[in-house]
Amino acid sequence: MWLSTLIVVGSLLAVFAVIILKGAPSLTLSMITQTPKGGYYLGKEGGILNAIIGSLYLAGGATALTFVLSLPIALYLNEYSGKSRFASFTRFSLDVLWGIPSIVYGAFAFTVMLFVGARASLLWGIITVTLFMLPIMTRAMDEVIRVVPSKLREASYALGSTRLETALKVVTRQALPGTVTAVLLAFGRGIGDAASVLFTAGYTDSMPRSIFDPVATLPLAIFFQIGTPIPEVQQRAYASGIILLIIVLLASLVSRFSTKKLMKYVVK
Amino acid sequence: MAQAGITIRKLNVLFGGHHALKDVSIDIPEKRITVVIGPSGCGKTTFLKSLNRLIDLTEGAEISGQVMIDGLDVYDERVDVTDIRKRMGLIAQTPSPLPMSIYDNVAYGPRIHGAKDGSSLDQTVENCLQIVALWDEVKGRLSEPASKLSVGQQQRLCMARAIAVKPEILLCDEPTSALDPMSARNVELLLKMLKKDYTIIFVTHILSQARRLADYVIFLYLGELVEHGPAEKFFAEPTDTRTRAYIDGVFG
Repeated sequence: MWLSTLIVVGSLLAVFAVIILKGAPSLTLSMITQTPKGGYYLGKEGGILNAIIGSLYLAGGATALTFVLSLPIALYLNEYSGKSRFASFTRFSLDVLWGIPSIVYGAFAFTVMLFVGARASLLWGIITVTLFMLPIMTRAMDEVIRVVPSKLREASYALGSTRLETALKVVTRQALPGTVTAVLLAFGRGIGDAASVLFTAGYTDSMPRSIFDPVATLPLAIFFQIGTPIPEVQQRAYASGIILLIIVLLASLVSRFSTKKLMKYVVK
Repeated sequence: MAQAGITIRKLNVLFGGHHALKDVSIDIPEKRITVVIGPSGCGKTTFLKSLNRLIDLTEGAEISGQVMIDGLDVYDERVDVTDIRKRMGLIAQTPSPLPMSIYDNVAYGPRIHGAKDGSSLDQTVENCLQIVALWDEVKGRLSEPASKLSVGQQQRLCMARAIAVKPEILLCDEPTSALDPMSARNVELLLKMLKKDYTIIFVTHILSQARRLADYVIFLYLGELVEHGPAEKFFAEPTDTRTRAYIDGVFG
């Protein structure tokens, strides 16, 4: 009992400690308010606002797109398909997709991009991260919807509702807190992933202007900075790590907080 | 309100190999309380669910026979199943408030059947809550979650919700089994009052409750309709030996 707590809390604190100790000295206001100036990667002036905004756009866009796809799939699996082979095959496929490393999604999307002659851009980054998030969000929602008590469905059907009304007005309401958690879980995974956006979103020192332009992201900002031989820049990589960590922590705080609020109407 | 007795002819339900209801044929009188009794697992719940076709949701259920309301066969392919269910309110064994407010629970049915928000819907909600004697307890907190109510209140809320879609028939599946004696008594009194407007089918395995409520009694045993008849006659002079044994408490 205490050993498992020690291992989990210990690794959490160890990761925080390393990132914060190494990154905190470089975490200045200009890091989060400026884009890289000339010579930034040699230790000169600037910040990574471009990557912060880029990551938020990319993960936000991908989360929205994934949500639009995941919710209907999860509802379909539970409310329409019953215990069919089709449903279990879909679940199995999602589990396989979940297990595929993100670099493979990146490579796959890159192949498609070469085929259609597209350049790295925010749009392709969103598409790739959507592919990567889809199994995560769908399966998480699926599990949440699956535990909605069947007596709620029966109560709704008994009043003469259709499947669609039952799915949208009763099941999703009962599953709302879990759905929010699923969305933010996927967001957290998406915003932190470097491999899937490496070839597909590209990198740039300027702010994102359109979805057809390359866009900088935080994981790649960390990757490029830590790869330089200059100690100041390496430290900034850790500072970027802190920023990423804060965003992910905020997402899970929002999830925790909103879940509590949304639980209000949920039937236990 | 339309007249609604139910005519059931040769109703059979099979789950896989299990014959849950065998050749049930009966006429259920309108605007009376018909109590369905029998030991656990005798097909009482299956019987109720096959009337409003909630049994369609059970995988592997095969149904044959006829269930007629107003000359309309519930199992006719041309029949809209949501319309059938709208005409038969269900009150379940354990109350199942929907994950929404007290008001929205009652308004749910009318809304899906096209009612718009406004004073007329407010009036419907108030009336239904009045009928089940819940209005005075909840009028100041209609926007609170329904799950905050006590179990007895929840069951009355579920009755209000069922009534709100203006059904002709109320199907009650042991609706008092999860309630304390006081709340159970309230529900019974309520049903006795409601029978002037609704045809009520009440499933129970509690004989004393059946005696208190029944105008007409159906005895099911192992999926078979053993005996049925007006309450006084049924309890005073049962003809079948199994009925007699059940009434005397030999099994069940």
